[in-house]
Amino acid sequence: MSSAARTAPLGRRRTRERVSAFPYLLLTPAVLVTLLIVFLPMAEAVYLSLHDYVVWRPADRTFVWFGNFVAALQDEVFWISFANTLLWIGITIPAQALLGLLTAILLNRDFFWRPVARALIIIPWALPSVVIALMWRWIYDANYGVLNDILFRLGILQSSFPWLADPDTALYAIILTLTWQGFPFFAVMILAGLQSIPRSYYEAAAIDGASTWQQFRNITLPGIAGVLGTAILLRTIWVANSIDVIYVMTGGGPGYATHTLPLYAFIEARSSLNFGYGSALAVIFTLMLTGLVLVYLSRINRTLD
Amino acid sequence: MVRRQSALRSLLGTHLPVLAIVAFALGPYIWMALTSLTPQEHLLQAGVALDPLNWTTANYERLVGRTDFPLNMVHSFIVAIGTVVLGLSLSVTAAYAFSRFRFPGRRVLMIKFLVINMFPVVLLILPLFVIMRRLGLIDTHAALIIANATVAIPFSVWMMTSYINSIPRSLDEAAMVDGCSRLGALRKVILPLILPGIIATGIYIFITSWNEYLYALTLGGRNVRTITVAIQTLIGEYQIEWGLLTAGGVLGAMPATLLFLLIQRRLISGLTQGAVKG
Repeated sequence: MSSAARTAPLGRRRTRERVSAFPYLLLTPAVLVTLLIVFLPMAEAVYLSLHDYVVWRPADRTFVWFGNFVAALQDEVFWISFANTLLWIGITIPAQALLGLLTAILLNRDFFWRPVARALIIIPWALPSVVIALMWRWIYDANYGVLNDILFRLGILQSSFPWLADPDTALYAIILTLTWQGFPFFAVMILAGLQSIPRSYYEAAAIDGASTWQQFRNITLPGIAGVLGTAILLRTIWVANSIDVIYVMTGGGPGYATHTLPLYAFIEARSSLNFGYGSALAVIFTLMLTGLVLVYLSRINRTLD
Repeated sequence: MVRRQSALRSLLGTHLPVLAIVAFALGPYIWMALTSLTPQEHLLQAGVALDPLNWTTANYERLVGRTDFPLNMVHSFIVAIGTVVLGLSLSVTAAYAFSRFRFPGRRVLMIKFLVINMFPVVLLILPLFVIMRRLGLIDTHAALIIANATVAIPFSVWMMTSYINSIPRSLDEAAMVDGCSRLGALRKVILPLILPGIIATGIYIFITSWNEYLYALTLGGRNVRTITVAIQTLIGEYQIEWGLLTAGGVLGAMPATLLFLLIQRRLISGLTQGAVKG
């Protein structure tokens, strides 16, 4: 009797458990694999960052506490890379956003070849970054590059200029490339925002005598503010992280002129094989990004239900 | 008179600016394509050939005949397909759980998948190299597929969740009333309905894996040399042979570009849905 009384509620609980365990069961493969291939390596990165570790000398792996982090803060190249990262984000993102906004406003109008224009404009988005880096190196080429050719014909340049080999222009040349690569993303996102604004708002405003500028300020901008904010956050994180185009275009040079923080971490590991110090740089950079990621997450969190 | 004025306005205000932006977006690509069609001597003496009469396929013939380019394409293809299969197969059931169930930890787990895509590649690439070396996987397809899956799985989970959300729950319930199990409903009702979405997601994963460079460089490179690494190697070996290089660029970018044009509409609606609401 007593055992029956005990098993009955237990049995009921077990079926209820089976029902509520079902979604976890469905999630298990994906969660398990990402734990293994993302979160485990990240823990390993933190572990590496606390060690003095050069890859081909595994015997020399010594625990150095926060030695790598202290070394980074005293490293001149770290601060150069940090300043470059700020410039890199601070110019690229506004440039992408403005060009994207202009493109989206134009594409939101009715004209007969709009679908073609929209498809063609997003092509830079689809290209491999190696190919992007390659074709812009060719454009900037000091001897045969088309940019020098055009500027020479326009009378702006008297002789050929090595855009990527000059420390004063290299970073800006790459920023133009990144702007070109990223503006289609903004255009597409903002266009979606524009299309969600009811036309009747503009009609009503026009009847009330609002000028084009007033309509833009009071209807368009508030209407796309949400999308624009999300796009800027996402792209800032993405642009900050992106190192492949720089790596192929200049390899961080000339000197340290185009080093950004993640690129410095990558080069430190790849060329110097100094994985301890490289990991420490990567961890510092990740911590810097965390603030942005948290802002983005709090925005997304509202839409999760 | 009024009509002519408005035609002029739409020409100056819409058609010409859009044309300028399209030219900016396509210019570098077209310039690369023109360069790849220009014979080497012509390039050095007179620059890029704009006249079709001077064009030649010599650069492409040299690329396919004398380098390992076709083999590199095969490697890229194996890695990309592997990533698509791994990414899609793991994410369908996860997305179904996120879309159809409310359970403790759902929010945290969804954010977990979102956050993965924001970690710097460089934070993952160093430890992945150390781990792959320990496992003896350096320079194998598996290493590149696993590395690409770090991006593909979370992306795919989010896209699928958004696609399944757009299918009314009443369809699952109807299927279950008719005697289907949960998984039966997923397989027989939901999957066929979101098939276009699955295909678009799969193609996007294919594109990003095909285009990926840093993992391919660090975890592969010798036996398994993908197209992006091969193009980069051409830059080093033939500093001035821009004809050959640009031919590599055109060929290497071709599959991803064509696929992107094919799915752009559906992909963009999937990508922007969440952003517009948020």
